[in-house]
Amino acid sequence: MTLVRRRLTITPTVTVYLALAALLVIGSILVGANGGVLLDQSGILNILTRSTLLGLVAIGQTMVIVTGSLDLSVAYLAGLCSLVTAETMAGRTSMMVPGVLLALAVAAVVGLINGLVITVLKANAFIATLGVALILRGYLEHNYTGPAGSVPRAFQHLGYDRIGPVPVSALLVLLIGTAVWWFSRRTRTGYHLYAVGGDTEVARLSGVRTSRTIVTAHVLCASMAGLAGVLLAARLGSGAPYAGTDAGYDLESIAAAVLGGAVLTGGRGGVVGTIGGVLILATLDTVFDDLAVDPFLKDVVRGVVLVAAVALYARHRLSRRSS
Amino acid sequence: MNWRPRLADGTAPVLIVLVVLLVTLAFVGPTFSEPAGYLALLKRAAPLVILAVGQYFVIVSGGFDLSVGSLVTAAVVIAARLSDGADANTGWVIALLLGFGLLVGLVNGLITTRLLVPSFIVTLGMLLVLDGAVFLWTDGAPRGALAPSFRVFGRGGFGQVPWSVLILLGVVVAAAWFMRSGTGRTLVALGDNENAVRLAGGAVHRLRVLAFVLSGLLAALAAILLAGFAGVSAQVGQGLEFRAITAVVLGGVVLGGGRGSVVAAAAGALSLEALFTLLNLIGVSGALESAVQGVILIAAVAAAAHGKQLRRTHEQEVVRPGRGGAARADGVHQ
Repeated sequence: MTLVRRRLTITPTVTVYLALAALLVIGSILVGANGGVLLDQSGILNILTRSTLLGLVAIGQTMVIVTGSLDLSVAYLAGLCSLVTAETMAGRTSMMVPGVLLALAVAAVVGLINGLVITVLKANAFIATLGVALILRGYLEHNYTGPAGSVPRAFQHLGYDRIGPVPVSALLVLLIGTAVWWFSRRTRTGYHLYAVGGDTEVARLSGVRTSRTIVTAHVLCASMAGLAGVLLAARLGSGAPYAGTDAGYDLESIAAAVLGGAVLTGGRGGVVGTIGGVLILATLDTVFDDLAVDPFLKDVVRGVVLVAAVALYARHRLSRRSS
Repeated sequence: MNWRPRLADGTAPVLIVLVVLLVTLAFVGPTFSEPAGYLALLKRAAPLVILAVGQYFVIVSGGFDLSVGSLVTAAVVIAARLSDGADANTGWVIALLLGFGLLVGLVNGLITTRLLVPSFIVTLGMLLVLDGAVFLWTDGAPRGALAPSFRVFGRGGFGQVPWSVLILLGVVVAAAWFMRSGTGRTLVALGDNENAVRLAGGAVHRLRVLAFVLSGLLAALAAILLAGFAGVSAQVGQGLEFRAITAVVLGGVVLGGGRGSVVAAAAGALSLEALFTLLNLIGVSGALESAVQGVILIAAVAAAAHGKQLRRTHEQEVVRPGRGGAARADGVHQ
């Protein structure tokens, strides 16, 4: 009994959902006092729409962070994949499936490159993915000045359709999140991700193919970013080279994963916590919008929340260790 | 008698790269046939080199400082607002900016050490806070203007030599001297093995805070030069944190700390700037600049990683008997 209680009170995943609940209550009161409603149809839609794309990227990011790695290339990759999608489709309904597949293939290749640079060339993950990000950026800046390509109307349904207040794309992300959760917590490769992140050397000595595991995580992460690009194209109607960087997917996805309890040195964190982190960021944004607070204050609050959350987790871990 | 330049581990490659780039520049660019061209290059590179030196202190002690780019933007915007075009304000505005950089570094350092938050997260949070706060304060667009006497540091010069080059030299010499002192050496040791430093009686927390404070202070200094050189804009610091980290890594400094020299980090920054100048001269479009930066970043780190591996196997084969020989020689000596 006490064991269960302690586990309930201490894991960051529980903390993040408690924080989310508290934020929703406080936000509702604040917005209510201002004469609005936070959680009406459009409010829920707003929060979920904001969460969808960042959620996808952050789920992938969580997988690489768990292995003790990092991916700074996701923002440009999402932009690139939105272009690949839109330019392949070029408004033709018949090219919808090839467009999506090609975008995912490009993303997977970029992830493979990230993984190989880290494992074969033995470059630090920060540097390797920063380098790949800069290469993608150079490519985008050289070839595109603005939106390009177009997706057929049928494909835009993916971005706009909804069931009640829930966007179809949010359901898709939830489905993928569940699949990734199952993969990371129930399969052998998933366990290997955590083992490698916990201690690469011990994992290697225990017979885990550490390089292959890291590459797998990176391909997974990049594919998620690629899918985010596809959804981006569906939502915007065309490919947007800088949509990913304007939204700050690279650092925001890391922030969301860390908010959800992931530790940058690896071995800790999970999809469930990360989705909680993404929802917190989206709820904060929505509350601020409803209160018509200066948009720049959002950044300030975001920074403070991030640091405070990680400080809180560090304190918990410390007190648990000493007890 | 058999004097050799005492170069720290990993300094030589970046110096070779730098010399090659500078010589190539002389052949490609007509302005580089005389010293003035190189002085102009140094002047342009000064802010990045100073940022790289600051970033070096943090990286070599095992951290990251992602907040320097937004700190530069913040400092420039604050300077424009407060200086308001009046020369009388220059003195206290500069003092205030340096104090501001120091304070930001202090906060970064204290949160990292006291609240046990990884520096990546702390400085990422600081980046968001600074970005937001600056624009909140200015309502989205920087206002005010820089006094001519403020801009002198970034554009003016002492005779032929720009002020920024003199400041740059001062910073690099002071940093190199500092890294040779006991405190500097302990800073490197801290990045290598924090526990060892703690057990040996080093003030771990104070050193880490010091690294962040130096980084913040130098970022503010870089902002003063950059404001003079490039003027006021809200994008002035964008991406500078990654560029500074690239420069430091190019200088052979290992992320995670414990290895690398400050002179090499400065040389890395200068090489990066020289490379961009070269690319400009041979007509590579500005858009590809970042792609090139990405390629050399990966190449530099991969080369360093493989060099280390080669050196290690080389040491195992050759140096081990060599050490035995040294011990015997010592015996003879006694």
